[in-house]
Amino acid sequence: MLIDLTLCMGCNACQAACKEENHLSPNEEKNLSLTAYTALNKYSDVYVRRLCQHCDVPTCVSVCPVGALVKQGDGPVAYDADKCIGCRYCLQACPYHVPKYEWSSTKPRIQKCRFCAPRLAKGQLPACAEACPVGATLFGDRDELLLEAARRLGAEPTKYVPRIYGKDDVGGTSMFYLSSVPFEQLGFDSRLGRVPLPMLTMSALSKVPNVLSVGGVVLGGIWWITNRRTEVAAFEAAEKKGETPRPEEKP
Amino acid sequence: MKLRLLPRITGWQAISTTLILAGTLAAIARFTYGLGATTNLTDEFPWGLWIGFDFLGIGLAASGFTIVAAVNIFHAKEYEPIVRPAILTAFIGYLLVVLVLIIDLGRPDHFWHPLVMWNPHSVMCEISWCLMLYTSVLSLEFAPIILEKVKITWPIKWIHAISLPLMIVGVLLSTLHQSSFGSLYLIVPNRLHALWYTPLLPVLFFISCIASGIAMILLESLILSRGGRELLSTHLRANLAKIIAITLAVYFVVRVEDLLARGALHELTTLTYYSVAFYTELLVGFVVPFALLLSDRIRTSRLGLYSATLMVLAGFAFNRMNTAITGLEVYPTQTYFPSLIEIFIMLGITALGFTVFSYVVKYLPIFEAVEEAGPQVQQEAATGRPEPIYLTRDDGGMESS
Repeated sequence: MLIDLTLCMGCNACQAACKEENHLSPNEEKNLSLTAYTALNKYSDVYVRRLCQHCDVPTCVSVCPVGALVKQGDGPVAYDADKCIGCRYCLQACPYHVPKYEWSSTKPRIQKCRFCAPRLAKGQLPACAEACPVGATLFGDRDELLLEAARRLGAEPTKYVPRIYGKDDVGGTSMFYLSSVPFEQLGFDSRLGRVPLPMLTMSALSKVPNVLSVGGVVLGGIWWITNRRTEVAAFEAAEKKGETPRPEEKP
Repeated sequence: MKLRLLPRITGWQAISTTLILAGTLAAIARFTYGLGATTNLTDEFPWGLWIGFDFLGIGLAASGFTIVAAVNIFHAKEYEPIVRPAILTAFIGYLLVVLVLIIDLGRPDHFWHPLVMWNPHSVMCEISWCLMLYTSVLSLEFAPIILEKVKITWPIKWIHAISLPLMIVGVLLSTLHQSSFGSLYLIVPNRLHALWYTPLLPVLFFISCIASGIAMILLESLILSRGGRELLSTHLRANLAKIIAITLAVYFVVRVEDLLARGALHELTTLTYYSVAFYTELLVGFVVPFALLLSDRIRTSRLGLYSATLMVLAGFAFNRMNTAITGLEVYPTQTYFPSLIEIFIMLGITALGFTVFSYVVKYLPIFEAVEEAGPQVQQEAATGRPEPIYLTRDDGGMESS
């Protein structure tokens, strides 16, 4: 989806539609929560719509030990509560602080935007994109939306900051933002680079097979050497005393 | 007079019983009312005291693999007397950590899921597997001690036959998950403070666990050697202390070098909440004990070793808690202080650990191992030690732990 912050008027129709679609309590909320999968954050006169970014290389999917979070081919990052063990690594790791946890429940799940996966399957638009009265949220094919974003930047270079947020941030996301105000001033974390965060973990995890194989051989070798040394020392001590004959001379 | 009738209840027993009871009640509350009502964890701070405790428990249990490797793979047989205490410490440590993890999980009833649902990209998945496998290894390493007691000898031979590969696997698994606890935080470069976040986290976690594991077993050998009987000779204790000092020095160099390379040293030029936490951890746990252990007089004195190992352990605890809590308070600016229930569960489980240890030591042959080892080992083990070592059952022997 392409979210053009310069068009958004803050009418909150997206949140209302989202709440209706997902059967959540209909009150207006200013922040993401268990009952708000999208919310508008106001920065002076700019409204920034928060929701799950449905990253291309999702951090939450990579950290989940049981694979309860899955990136689907058509975009959505889906969650399976039946698999979830409740380790909350996704909450800790998500660079956008999206997943919310049912802390008050004794069988807690996480809650977050599902990208209206059931609607997409039926060929419908996500509820929020359909509800937006001014077209600030556009739904479409990722490449086509990127072209559209680039076209807008090219057509009005003075209006926009020259950046499509989400094009390649943390490896690219399914949500793109255009803005007239630098993104750093709108609560977008400037410390997140372009490298997908799971790569940071893989640099360590990829060494696991090496540690196992090389480590196994080295430890085995050390055992063999030190064992041999003890044997030789014992044998020499015995030989000195002249008590034991050489083993090969034994009958 | 009346007290005499009861089984000897020392002050420590009373305290640990109280803590275990309080912890049990706290755990019941946690399972009845859920995490939200009983902990101070939030969406912004989803991991807290219990994760820090897991790091701590696993780190202190590191003696299980270092001592086993030293004695049985590197053939440093003179340390044989502390192999069983080390395995026991590790075994109890791991079981407690698994217990805390299950309490910490939002869905404890799903704790077995990592067994059948894999995600090879997840550090957490690797850790769960290593924990399960290594706890199994430890139970096999520990089994002969129970079997000896109940005089069922045939499985001992069987375990003995696979003991070498078993030990190697144990050491490798330990290496992996000790470092992986650091890898857990590799994915939060935007959340963890620059003084703790580094690509070298797994390396640093591994190096420091060697120091803490050995410090723990050294402390245990000091505590358990009271009453004129020595579990390890002064000479061997000094050697272990030397190894700790070397490890601390290596850690210090890697840590500072890493700060320098990442340009994070400037964080230390001003006194902030974070730099003070960092200085505390590094001075208490690494610099001061290193300086202490450089001196031969301290390495050979009980009091010197007590203070040095306690400092190493305190600094280690600081380091893990700083990584798990303090360093994460920077973003999103959020403070976290554990709730009473979180604290009571942690204290209760700690008390449970010490209680189990003291009972096992009382009823199972933990210190008699050398007696049954071959004469050659005995002879070797005896060199550099004036007296053989059997520890008498010292009532309340664990009280100062």
